[in-house]
Amino acid sequence: MSEPKPPAAPARPSLEVFDLVKHFPIRKGVFGRRAGEVRAVDGESGCGKSTVGRAALKLVEPTSGRIVVAGADVTGLSPRAMWEHRRRIQTVFQDPYSSLNPRLSAGAIVGEPMENYGLSRGRETEERVAALFQRVGLRPEAMRKYPHEFSGGQRQRLGIARALAVRPEIIVADEPVSALDVSVQAQVLNLLIDLQEEYGLAFLFVSHDLAVMRHISHRIAVMYLGRIVELADKRALFRQPLHPYTEALLSAAPIPDPARRRRRVVLQGDVPSPANPPPGCRFHTRCPYAVARCRSEDPPLREVAPGQHVACHLRDVGAPPGPLAAAGA
Amino acid sequence: MAGDAPLLEVRDLACHFFTLDGVVRAVDGVSLALARGETLGIVGESGCGKSVTALSILRLIQKGAGRIVGGSVRFEGRELTTLSDDEIKELRGHRISMIFQEPMTSLNPVLTVGVQIAENVVRHTGAGWREAMDRAVEMLRLVRVPDPERRVHDYPHQLSGGMRQRVMIAIALSCDPQLLIADEPTTALDVTIQAQILELMVELKEKTGTAILMITHDLGVVAETCQRVMVMYAGRKVEEAPVGELFANPLHPYTRGLMRARPRLDEDAEAAGRRPRLQEIPGIVPSLNRPIAGCAFAPRCALATDRCRAERPELEVRPGGHLVACFEAGRDAP
Ligand SMILES: Nc1ncnc2c1ncn2[C@@H]1O[C@H](COP(=O)(O)OP(=O)(O)OP(=O)(O)O)[C@@H](O)[C@H]1O
Ligand code: SF4
Ligand code: SF4
Ligand SMILES: [Mg+2]
Repeated sequence: MSEPKPPAAPARPSLEVFDLVKHFPIRKGVFGRRAGEVRAVDGESGCGKSTVGRAALKLVEPTSGRIVVAGADVTGLSPRAMWEHRRRIQTVFQDPYSSLNPRLSAGAIVGEPMENYGLSRGRETEERVAALFQRVGLRPEAMRKYPHEFSGGQRQRLGIARALAVRPEIIVADEPVSALDVSVQAQVLNLLIDLQEEYGLAFLFVSHDLAVMRHISHRIAVMYLGRIVELADKRALFRQPLHPYTEALLSAAPIPDPARRRRRVVLQGDVPSPANPPPGCRFHTRCPYAVARCRSEDPPLREVAPGQHVACHLRDVGAPPGPLAAAGA
Repeated sequence: MAGDAPLLEVRDLACHFFTLDGVVRAVDGVSLALARGETLGIVGESGCGKSVTALSILRLIQKGAGRIVGGSVRFEGRELTTLSDDEIKELRGHRISMIFQEPMTSLNPVLTVGVQIAENVVRHTGAGWREAMDRAVEMLRLVRVPDPERRVHDYPHQLSGGMRQRVMIAIALSCDPQLLIADEPTTALDVTIQAQILELMVELKEKTGTAILMITHDLGVVAETCQRVMVMYAGRKVEEAPVGELFANPLHPYTRGLMRARPRLDEDAEAAGRRPRLQEIPGIVPSLNRPIAGCAFAPRCALATDRCRAERPELEVRPGGHLVACFEAGRDAP
């Protein structure tokens, strides 16, 4: 019996989403990634994060744009090739309950995909499932149980085991811990990090929780109304956010330390409807730095510092990188 | 706190639900006191009894499902557990108000927000409708709904989640309550909108002097809004302290665990270039439909002894206004 093998590190980026447009246009989303890297997609609810995740799986057909997985363009793949592609990208959902077949035993939920993809059969499947259960912290006896007999954290472990069963290269994790209790969140985050290092998996981690993001990701794409507004190395992003929305987001999250009172950028106004976003820069209705140009002209996502991509007129070529207030707002 | 009686005093409150799986001891002997103008936070994990505590105070526990089986709730010197239904109704929305996580479920979809604010004012103050509608506009302005003269005629579905929560706050504060119970008021909102609502609540509290019972699972929200905080676990209070004291010197192993289990937003923990492991609290919360012998946290506690498994630790007073229920309080995990 064998555990899923770590995939060979692809020479080229393994997942790229270019010019992906669905209901909420997600333009110029550049997702280059190396194996074993976590890209976190961050932003407020309704901002299009999950669309990116789903499009990566081709659960929604992009109305325009191209998805590249491990170097292959998958947008126009045949059903058969798409089926194989789906094996390589697995998803872990926020609410594992609604994504687990309630009529299958836990063992079958994890074992069936293995057999469907011809990765193992019969006795071998059972052994591999048992090993996977152990790996994600479930007792092998639990294979006989049904999803409703598990706690939320255990169901999430089951969802993770199912995702790992078919030896994926990429795991799209859509808010995988936000429905869990804080004490159980830590268990699942630790597990995800361990598994990533063990199997060389790439994660596309979709979340609104900045503290979790900071903990788990290597690079972060911040989205606003379906658009990536900043894409950067986690450390650069937290040290020096270059987009006004990122800056506001980082300062808005409450910090569990009463001794630390921060200067806060409280954004005025509401999040506009993603179905009918404002013209020009989508953030201009709430941006404290907006100028006339922002109302009419949509800023493209540009690399303004090494590895740091920003969509903001203040970061026009030639504008010095630095704190926003200094950027001449 | 002044020497006079607290605004709200809850003693040994117990609220049980009677289900097919047995008696659920949702709240099992909780005491708390709240002074005028004070904000007390209640934190704890899902199912630990935060909402049931709040609902019991207002006697909003669904009849037939569960009921208060013991203890007392004194508010402004009156015992609430024995009031008639009419008397408690007169108190709700007037002297004590409550706002919930999802405002849409507590707003009436077929009435304009103005009418819903005015209705509360008419019911409790005997004001006329015209006067009450003026009050509605004034309240919307107070909670900073833009263009209140126009918005007062909107229906709930025409408003965003953040605006609906503002409307809920406007209704709640429309009759100048002494106590506002806020059950996860910002959990369903975006981070930037949450910041707006929390800022508004803190500001209004300072302006009106309303005491707040702030229920949340987010220690960040507690740190930014509360003066005192109590931590609940499995239907009981396990620790309470002034906010500064609790964060600087948590004594209960569960509280310590909760603080360490969350990744920190304000720290780059990745000093060595590797993501450090988060500290886990092993296991899960116990189910409440069986009596728990000893300390409810024992199966998950690294410090647990035989005594913990046999005997229930009671709350003890410690220096710094600190209360804790643990035989090994303040000891470090081995
Ligand atoms: N109507 C009901 N019937 C049976 N049990 C109930 C009922 N309402 C609540 N409970 C139980 O009471 C306990 C406490 O629930 P409560 O709603 O107070 O939790 P909470 O601390 O507010 O959690 P959350 O953070 O999820 O809101 C839970 O175990 C819950 O299952
Ligand atoms: S382009 Fe203008 S409105 Fe948009 S983020 Fe930059 S400054 Fe703000
Ligand atoms: S009483 Fe014992 S089991 Fe309970 S928290 Fe304290 S040390 Fe742990
Ligand atoms: Mg609750």
